[in-house]
Amino acid sequence: MSLLTRTAGATADDLKPARGPRESILSRGAAFLIMGVFTLYFLVPIWWLFIASTKDRGDLLTTNPLWFADWNLFANIGDLLAYNNGIYLRWIGNSIAYAGLGALLATIFSGMCGYALAKYRFRGREAYFNTVLGGVLVPATALALPLFLLFSQVNLTNTFWAVLLPSIVSPFGVYLSRIYATASVPDELIEAGRIDGASEVRTFFQVSVRLMTPALITVFLFQFVAIWNNFFLPLIMLRSQELFPVTYGLYTWNTQLNQIPELRTYVLVGSFLSIVPLIVAFLLLQRFWRNGLGTGSVK
Amino acid sequence: MQHTKRAVVTGVALLSALALAGCSGTSSSDDSGADAATCAPSDGDVTLDFTSWIPGIEDVVAMWNEENPNIQVKVQTGPNGNGGTYKSYFSQLEAGNAPDLGQIEYDALSSFRVQDGLEDLSACEDVVKAESEFIPWTWGQVTLGGDGVYGIPQDSGPMALFYRSDLFEQNGIAVPTTWDEYKEAAKKIRAAGGYITNFSTADINQFAGFVWQAEGKWFANDGKEWTVDLTGEESQKVAEYWQELLDEDLVSTYPAWTEEWNNAYNSGEVWTWNSAVWGANSISSGAPDTAGKWSVAPSPQWEAGGTSAGNWGGSSIAVFKGSKHLYEAAKFALWLNTSDEALTALNKSANIYPATTAGLKLPSLQEGVEFYGGQKIYDVFAEAASQVNPDFVWGPTMTQTYANVSDGFQKAVTGQGTLLDALKSAQESTISTLKAQSIPVAG
Repeated sequence: MSLLTRTAGATADDLKPARGPRESILSRGAAFLIMGVFTLYFLVPIWWLFIASTKDRGDLLTTNPLWFADWNLFANIGDLLAYNNGIYLRWIGNSIAYAGLGALLATIFSGMCGYALAKYRFRGREAYFNTVLGGVLVPATALALPLFLLFSQVNLTNTFWAVLLPSIVSPFGVYLSRIYATASVPDELIEAGRIDGASEVRTFFQVSVRLMTPALITVFLFQFVAIWNNFFLPLIMLRSQELFPVTYGLYTWNTQLNQIPELRTYVLVGSFLSIVPLIVAFLLLQRFWRNGLGTGSVK
Repeated sequence: MQHTKRAVVTGVALLSALALAGCSGTSSSDDSGADAATCAPSDGDVTLDFTSWIPGIEDVVAMWNEENPNIQVKVQTGPNGNGGTYKSYFSQLEAGNAPDLGQIEYDALSSFRVQDGLEDLSACEDVVKAESEFIPWTWGQVTLGGDGVYGIPQDSGPMALFYRSDLFEQNGIAVPTTWDEYKEAAKKIRAAGGYITNFSTADINQFAGFVWQAEGKWFANDGKEWTVDLTGEESQKVAEYWQELLDEDLVSTYPAWTEEWNNAYNSGEVWTWNSAVWGANSISSGAPDTAGKWSVAPSPQWEAGGTSAGNWGGSSIAVFKGSKHLYEAAKFALWLNTSDEALTALNKSANIYPATTAGLKLPSLQEGVEFYGGQKIYDVFAEAASQVNPDFVWGPTMTQTYANVSDGFQKAVTGQGTLLDALKSAQESTISTLKAQSIPVAG
C-alpha cells in the first residue's frame, strides 16, 4: 500500500525485492517466459504487416516475410492514397468520425445513465439495470439484421446515421459507470453541491464527471475500439463507398484481389496505416486511464 | 463475374441462411400481384440503383449516364457476392428496399429466384430479342432451365489448361490432351520433383467445372420440383479420378489464393492449372517470376478427340423484385452487357470476359499476351466458350452445398474418407436443406 501511494521521492532503493517475500528464480523465470511468448505472439503479426507494407508486389511473394527487402513504404502509401481518387483517406476519416463521435456520445450517455442508476433511487431501478446488463450479453452481430429492418422503415439505411446511431449505445459502459460511480462519487459531495445551490446536472458535469474520469476514459476507449472494428453493421447498412469505414473498405478490396492484383499491396499498407489511429488514441488516453485506475484501486 | 469461390465464411453463410428463411416466410404471399409486372417505359426521368462489386464499374456507368440523361444509374458497391453482398441483397429484399439492379453470379441466381427475389425479364421484348447475341450456355444460366429470364448474362469463365511450357519441354513431357495422358504426365512430373497441379478443397466451383465438362449435371428443375444429383455417373468418374491423383501424391493440396499457393506456382513446384479465363490474371499476379513461361491449351478430354469444356464462374445482372422501372433497368442491363463500348471498358477495367458472341471478338481479346509468351490465349478460351454444355443448372442452396462438399474434401485430402464420400454426404444434406426451406425436391 505504501509503495503504491508514494509518488514523490521514490527511488530504486525502495523497490528492492528484499522487502517482500522472496520469489523463486524458477517462478520469476517462468513468468518472464510466458510474458515473452505472449508479447511475441501479439507483436509478430504487426511486425509482419509493417514489413509487408514496405515491399513491392514482387518482393512480397519472394522475400523473407519477416525481414526487409527494397524499401517501398512511401511509394506504397502514395499509391494507396492516390488509388480510386483517394477513397482510402475518406474511409479513414469516416472511421474516425464513426468511432470518435460514437464513442464520445456513448461515453456521455452511459456515464449519465450509470450515474443516475448509482446515485438516484427510483422505482424499477434494479429491473432497469438488469435489462441493460442483459444487453451486454447480446452480440452486435445478432442485432445487425433487426437494426437494418428498423432503419429501412425510416429510410435511414445507407446513411451516416445508420452506423453512428447504433454505436452510441453501450450497455457495458452503463454497467461500468454505475459500479464506478457507486465506488468513487461520495453521496456527501452531491449533498454539498445541492446545499451550494448547484443543479443536479451541474453537479454531475462539474463534480461527478471528474471523479468518474477513469471509468469514462475506459468506456470511451472500449467503445472507440469496438466501433472501429465493427464490421457487420457497415456490411449490412452501407452501400455507398463514400460512407464506408476503413475496415469494411479494406475488406471489399480484399475480396477483389483476383481482379485487381495491385490491391494486395494497398490492403496491406492500408491495414497497417489503419491501426495507427488506434495506437495514438490508446497512447494519448492511457495516461489518464492508468493513473485513474490506480487511484480507484487504493481508495 | 466474381472469380474465386472461396469457402464461405461460416458466419456469413449462417446469416444468409437466416435471411433466406426469413424471405421464404414472407415472400410467397405477394406473388400474384408482383408477377404481373409489365415492361413499359416509365413517365419522366428515372433513377436506377445498381449494385456491383466490379472494380471500375463507376466509370463504365458514367458513360451510360452521359448518353442517357433520362435514365440515370447510381452505382452502389460492396464486397463480392459470397463475401457479403448476397447477404445484403436478401436483407434488402426482406426490408423491401432492394436496388433496381444487382450483380449476381450464375450459381447464386437460383437462390434468389427460389426466394422470389427477381423480376422476370421475359416480359421485355428487347430482352427476348437479345437471346441470340449471347453464347447459348450463358443464356441457359439466366433462364434457369425454364421459360423466364432472370438476368442478363455478363461474363463467363470457360476453362482451359494453363501449363508451364518451358518445364514440359525441358523434361520432354508431352502436353496432355486427355485426362489419361494428364495422369501419366503427373507421374513423370512427380518423378521430376514437381506436382502437375494443385487440388484445392475450397474451390468446389472448379470441381463443378470438371463435372460440367464431363457432361454431368448436379441439379435439374422441371418447373415443379428440383432433382439433386451430386453423385451421378459423371460426378463419380471425376471424383474417382482426382481421388487417385490424391492417393498417389501426384497433386499438391495448398489452400487456393493464399501466399503458399502463389508461391507454389511462382517457384515452379506446380506446373499446370486447369482454370477459367480469368485465371490468366491470377497466375500473372501470383507468380510474377514465371513471366513468359506459361502457355494455354484446351482442357484435357475424357475421350481422345473430344471437344468439351467446363466453366468456372461468371455472373449476370438481375433486376430485383419490386423495381418500378423494369423497362429502363432491362435497357441498361442490355447496354452494359452487349454494347461494344461497355464491354471494352469492362474488359479494360476488370478483365471481364464477355458473355456475348460478338464480345469475344473485342480487339483487346485478339492480342497476344506477353506473360504467356505472346500467345493469343483468348483464342483458346473463345473456342472453349463454344464447347460448354448449355444445360448445366445450379441449385437454389449452393452456399450450403459448397460448404458441405468443401468440408468433405478437406477431410479427404487428409486421408479421412474420399471425394466421393463428400459428394454423397453433400447430396443428402442438400436435399434436407431444400426440404427445410420448403422447396419441392424429388427423392
